Amino acid sequence: MTGQATHGAIVQFDHVSKSYDPEATKGGKGPGAVNDLSLKVPAGKICILVGPSGCGKTTSLKMVNRLIEPTSGRITIDGVDVTTQELTALRRRIGYVIQQVGLFPHQTIGENVATVPRLLGWTKARQQERSEELLALVGLEPAKYRERYPSQLSGGERQRVGVARALAADPPIMLMDEPFGAVDPIVRDRLQNEFLRLQESIAKTILFVTHDIDEAIKMGDLVAVFQTGGILAQFGTPLDILAAPASEFVARFVGQDRGLKRLSLLRVSDIELQPAVTARPGDSAADARRRALDDPLRYLLVIDGANRPLGWVAHGDIPNEGELTDKMANPVSPTVNKRTTLKDALSMMLDADVQTGIVVDRNGAVQGLVTVDAVAKKMREGDHAPAFAQELEHLEVGEPGPIEAELAEEEVRA
Amino acid sequence: MQPGKPLIDFSWIAEHLDDVWERVLQHLQLTIIPLALGFIISLALAVWAIRQPRVYGPVTAVTGILYTIPSLAAFALLRPITGLSLITAVIPLTTYTLLILVRNNVAGFYSVPADVLEAAEGMGYTRRQRLLRVELPLAVPLMLAGLRLASVTIIGLATVVAVLGNSFGGLGQLITEGLQTFFPTKYLLGALLSVALAVSADLLFVRLERIVTPWAHVRAGVR
Amino acid sequence: MSEIIAFFTDPAHWTGETGIPSRLFEHLVISGLAILVATLVGLPLGLYIGHTGRGANLAINLANIGRAVPSYAILVMILPVTLALAPVLGYSPTMGLNFLPILIAMTLLAIPPILVNGYAGLRSVDRELIEAGRGMGLRESQILRGIELPLASTVIIGGFRTATLSVIATATIGAILAGGGLGRFIFDGLNQGVGGRASIYAGAILVTILALGVDLLLAILQRRLTPVGLRKPRSTTTLDVPRLELDQTPT
Repeated sequence: MTGQATHGAIVQFDHVSKSYDPEATKGGKGPGAVNDLSLKVPAGKICILVGPSGCGKTTSLKMVNRLIEPTSGRITIDGVDVTTQELTALRRRIGYVIQQVGLFPHQTIGENVATVPRLLGWTKARQQERSEELLALVGLEPAKYRERYPSQLSGGERQRVGVARALAADPPIMLMDEPFGAVDPIVRDRLQNEFLRLQESIAKTILFVTHDIDEAIKMGDLVAVFQTGGILAQFGTPLDILAAPASEFVARFVGQDRGLKRLSLLRVSDIELQPAVTARPGDSAADARRRALDDPLRYLLVIDGANRPLGWVAHGDIPNEGELTDKMANPVSPTVNKRTTLKDALSMMLDADVQTGIVVDRNGAVQGLVTVDAVAKKMREGDHAPAFAQELEHLEVGEPGPIEAELAEEEVRA
Repeated sequence: MQPGKPLIDFSWIAEHLDDVWERVLQHLQLTIIPLALGFIISLALAVWAIRQPRVYGPVTAVTGILYTIPSLAAFALLRPITGLSLITAVIPLTTYTLLILVRNNVAGFYSVPADVLEAAEGMGYTRRQRLLRVELPLAVPLMLAGLRLASVTIIGLATVVAVLGNSFGGLGQLITEGLQTFFPTKYLLGALLSVALAVSADLLFVRLERIVTPWAHVRAGVR
Repeated sequence: MSEIIAFFTDPAHWTGETGIPSRLFEHLVISGLAILVATLVGLPLGLYIGHTGRGANLAINLANIGRAVPSYAILVMILPVTLALAPVLGYSPTMGLNFLPILIAMTLLAIPPILVNGYAGLRSVDRELIEAGRGMGLRESQILRGIELPLASTVIIGGFRTATLSVIATATIGAILAGGGLGRFIFDGLNQGVGGRASIYAGAILVTILALGVDLLLAILQRRLTPVGLRKPRSTTTLDVPRLELDQTPT
């Protein structure tokens, strides 16, 4: 970025309504109405507007850069009413990304990216410099892409150019209308991840429209759920919305699997780790055998000199005398770190068909244990017990408890 | 045709190269003036029709009727009014270009993708900037296609101008004089040159389109 | 103005071989003949190319050539041929001067639009519909008659409109070769000098009325033959974006 990047501005909707002549919008086409929308997007945050089609989310977005004018109410950016500003000047200070990208077919990629700087009258040299900087920022090698035309790019590449173009004049605000909606799921996932990484450094205020609740949960710092008729059904963090849907509509919209979705937002660091009973190769076997009884499942974690896990050994398998050896250790448990989401941790444990995952730090040293039970317990906090029980059943996981432990003892850890 | 004489008298052509060249220049004049006038008028009509879709129907209806009038009839109707002048030739030829050019210009503007227009508006183009920097350049391929068709059409119709004895007759005059004097060399030369001119104009516009719209001819990427 | 009215009200201009009905009849006969021959040649070929997709380049090139060759030029380029062939084939030199070149030129001009629109009409039919037809077990002839022709009828008739206009106009120019038809009023008028003004005007008006009238009739036919489900509602709010490339050329 160019040294002092402009960071986000506060965007506030104050009792904003937009109504359409019912005759004109007959048949469900055209933009959706908005009904008394009030919400505040803090600076530097991603706010997702999500809802079924025709719910007014896109209308709300387009009222910010005044592609649509509200019927009543007002929208302010850092306290300044958008309607008091000169239309084109306002738009040039707001980045705009749409699903079909809308790259100019007759301009090269470099020219496309420099669109707003050109409108603002920057010098040619500065335009080009900025254009190259942005291409690099979105992961497109400037030398390779600068002179190409949009028709020569893939959908994913075009979408990156679209983001670069929106960022060109370093606007404090970005409006994104289903920006990743037209690319295939694999590319979409990659673009989402790249965009989140990018946002960490640029910290714009972003209003982001999608109809995909999973995308909303993944991308949003805040999520505004709209329902048909342009009514704001709930506004909050993704975790809040998943934990406590404000209405029947929101509960249905976020889906039956909201418990699992919540897991994707929680991390291993959000739960209390269980201590591991550890021993090193060369320790007295008798001592180790005695200490293994301290573990609820009667397992001992064998670690190396740097506290890195080598594997499990069951209480029953530890000889009565002699020394513990690394050959006895059975390396079956997945290792996770504190940043791992609970969804991923659970998934890894289920994949390995074990009850316990080993939490390690950056150097691979054991920090503690995470168990399926602990994840389940976390989900039971709040209103989620029923939903979560359902999910576990649905995933065909064996019943937790003594039988599972026994199975584990015989097959898994052996 | 008189028996015993060759169909084409090459020595006549060699002796009259200057005359022939003058006819070619006249023909170019008869083509370029109506084409330029027609393009300006049709561009204005097209921009009008884009902003007020209501007017498109009547505009095409009127230009369509003008288009249907056989050229000889049009020249004959105008002759007593405007005399044997360039205007008599230019007015009908210009009106003939209108239907083609209006339709192609309108289609050109409509070929600009909606997402491109939305992006331009969202990024803060003024209406004028959008028209000049986005819509017009993107409409160019279809506009040139219209000019291409119109130019070829006008070159053909301009040959008829001379039937009325117009001294601005261009290549048609070679044909008419050749027919009147039963001199095949002259009328065949006029006919062949008018075909050659039409084909050249066609190729010229194809070439021009490639030069001014490089973006439309790059290797398409993975979609 | 009054001289034109006088021309039309003069009973002498409504009877005999040089009267309006007779000239109109000549005009219609030679035009009809040209369209008939052009249809017999162009339509089967166009439908074949459109249905099979074979020879599409030929169709497109024909269209371009047809567009580039001026009708007046084609008329005079045929003239030496028909004159030269008169003794060989045994028809009268008059026929070789004022009938055959006009008819052949008109036919040659009428073939491209009929052929190309036949091809383009069938090509404009959604491929999926044809696949669906095949999938339901229709024979190729049934697909052509039951699916392709009805859906392509608008475009095919459009080809006839173009061809007819070009034929009517060429027949007018053909009068320069002492042929019949309404064009004779124009050329006779020219030869009479100042006194021929009424005749020139009358000819031009008659030809214009004929062209507009025939075009209107074909336009009505075109709309009638368009399947009801495909007719465009007349709308004032949306712009009917023109179909390009298949259009008539003025004549």
